[in-house]
Amino acid sequence: MRALSWMKENLFNGWFNSLLTLITAWLIFVVTRGVLVWAFTEARWSVVPDNMRLLMAGSYPPDLVWRLWMIAAIILFTGGLQYAAQARGGAPWWLWAGALALFAVSYPVVFPATRFFLLITLLALPVGVTVGLNVPRRFVNWMTVVVVLVVFSMLWGQTARIGGFTLTLLLTALASVFAFPLGLLLALGRTGKWPVFRTLSILYIELIRGVPLITVLFLSYYMVPLFLPASWEVPTLFSIVVGFSMFAAAYLAEYVRGGIQGVHKGQYEAAWALGLSGSQSARYIILPQAIRSVIPALIGQLIAIFKDTSLIYILSLFDLLFMALTVARNPKYLGTEREVLLFVAFVYFVGAALMSYASRRLERAMGLGTR
Amino acid sequence: MTKAVPFWKDERKLAVIFQAILLAVVLVVLLFLGYMASTNMADRNLKFSFGFLSEPADFQIYEGYTVAKEQGRWILRLYHPSDQVWQAMVTGFLNTLRVSFLGIVLTTILGVLVGVGRLSSNWLVNRFSFAYVELIRNTPLLVQMVFWYLAVFLLLPPLRTAPRFHGLIVSNKGVLIPWLVPDAAWANFAPYFYGGLGLWILLWAVRSFWKPPRWLYWVAPVALWGLGLILVGSLPLEWSVPRVQGFRVEGGMQLSPEFSSVLLALVLYTASYIAEIVRGAIQSLPKGQWEAPASLGLSYAQTLRLIILPQAMRIVIPPLGNQYLNLTKNSSLAIAIAFPEIMSVYETTVNQAGHSIEGILIVMAAYLSLSLFISALINWYNVKVALVGVAR
Repeated sequence: MRALSWMKENLFNGWFNSLLTLITAWLIFVVTRGVLVWAFTEARWSVVPDNMRLLMAGSYPPDLVWRLWMIAAIILFTGGLQYAAQARGGAPWWLWAGALALFAVSYPVVFPATRFFLLITLLALPVGVTVGLNVPRRFVNWMTVVVVLVVFSMLWGQTARIGGFTLTLLLTALASVFAFPLGLLLALGRTGKWPVFRTLSILYIELIRGVPLITVLFLSYYMVPLFLPASWEVPTLFSIVVGFSMFAAAYLAEYVRGGIQGVHKGQYEAAWALGLSGSQSARYIILPQAIRSVIPALIGQLIAIFKDTSLIYILSLFDLLFMALTVARNPKYLGTEREVLLFVAFVYFVGAALMSYASRRLERAMGLGTR
Repeated sequence: MTKAVPFWKDERKLAVIFQAILLAVVLVVLLFLGYMASTNMADRNLKFSFGFLSEPADFQIYEGYTVAKEQGRWILRLYHPSDQVWQAMVTGFLNTLRVSFLGIVLTTILGVLVGVGRLSSNWLVNRFSFAYVELIRNTPLLVQMVFWYLAVFLLLPPLRTAPRFHGLIVSNKGVLIPWLVPDAAWANFAPYFYGGLGLWILLWAVRSFWKPPRWLYWVAPVALWGLGLILVGSLPLEWSVPRVQGFRVEGGMQLSPEFSSVLLALVLYTASYIAEIVRGAIQSLPKGQWEAPASLGLSYAQTLRLIILPQAMRIVIPPLGNQYLNLTKNSSLAIAIAFPEIMSVYETTVNQAGHSIEGILIVMAAYLSLSLFISALINWYNVKVALVGVAR
């Protein structure tokens, strides 16, 4: 009876809503039936576990894959540290449960040797969150910088062999880390009162925002090696990171500018009255408030970078999408484009959904909109 | 005696010094990079020149028009491999315009529908819209585009066995739709057609001096078209149904699998962002705007159409314009599935003739001018809408 009245109230109040309900239900039914029938009778899902190493690590030498596991673990651990330090929240139970469940599901399909590293990598995120809750914030920030430098130096010279999802993660991490300081600088330039600095910042931001990312990537792909001495043999990944960071910085700058302009005028005046210099008031008064208010937008940009890393497929770098389509071209797995592409979409979906969850938690932890 | 302020403590002087240094550093870096690039290019026997644009292109583009000079007149015609490189680029640019324009129109409709659906009191519609937005927004556009192309459109049945529905054919050779196409009489009718459009623009342009009555806006052009129809004596358009002849298709509107995938992916992806914008705008209206029409006895649909959407429109326009820009720029991803828009044509050109850097600069200039044009249009419309709101 309760169910019936609920349905009457929420699905069939009025002829228009009833019609809408029927049409939507029919649409959902047709699509779901089609997808389910295909997924359980025709789909050859074995292509995904059979090629898991290729999808995750590309053609990296199998006996060295443990390095990638460690790098992934370090990046996840640092991400957890940062999250805990900013949001002041511990790891929710489902993060532990999810990690253990993923481990249990993949236990039978991965090589015995990789099980150990898989466990470490999966647990790195919740452990990082737990540790980050108990160490000072300054320590966390320095640690992030050190980790980025260590990871980058570990990879210089052998980036050509990294592929799959690892490359996607690596590119996301590097691009966001380099884009942030540049974006901050541009935002300060654009909001500041120095005409030369402002003009240069505006020019840069508007030029970059007017063109598609892929053109910036092509330009950096061709130009960066030309800008450096020929003997350096610049890794392609480096050129790509330069392009990505330059592109993302322009968007980050606009978000930070929004935050800076949202800081109340009284804050500037108070800093001025206390005798702080321009750089001091920016460092201690303005930026902390500005950045706090735009954290959700910044994480949105991080998600955008994460999704946009798929574009390096066009430049024939061996990212997740490239590996997936390569696998589907293998004669043994011919005609499995749907399966592998759905897997790729699933991986991206999980990553992006996790980040937007963190963003919502951060928003609440920082009391945005409530104080 | 007052001591002069030393220059390193004088904010005004510091500003000048700092900016001079900044400018000098930027200039030196640019000069250095330019020098490095020119020496490196010389070492590799690369030459920076735009001369390649007037060389013959020598590659096929399977759909799209270009401009050409024939018998002393510039005309729009199908691209041909014997055309020059710049004409191939024009074909790509026109394809970019085509997919962006159609995409913007369709994504606006879908986005508003889903955005309203997100706020619907109908539980099923509400959840469905939510799932749609979350699923689409959290996966990369490129993956979706490749999926539609490789895993949907190319796996459709071939022409011979494709399902038909009143002349509509959905096959792995594309989507074929019955459509109105110009016939032989069009050439005679065209002056009247464009004349009617011109008349409409003229009426609209002079409205600040002389305000024409409302009905004149549509009566005048329609009258001119009617006159044209009578004078020409036969219909300038015919209803064309696609016919399969062996491996070829004739008649109707033919959307290639590449074009369909790009359009579908762009429309679905951008609509999920527009839906969130529309939802935010509607939710930002004060509650009284819902309660007042309810107390006046307006229905839900009437409230939406007459009260809520017109107000939400004003809030929506700037972010909506941003999404239009994004859609246009995102159409460049079509390079991944070889729909011949300007990025794909660029890649083909580079493979054939090199000049990767000059080419990408041209492509960037094309996108930049397109972006500027769209944002100018949006700004103009925004000012117009805002003024109406303030003045009346």
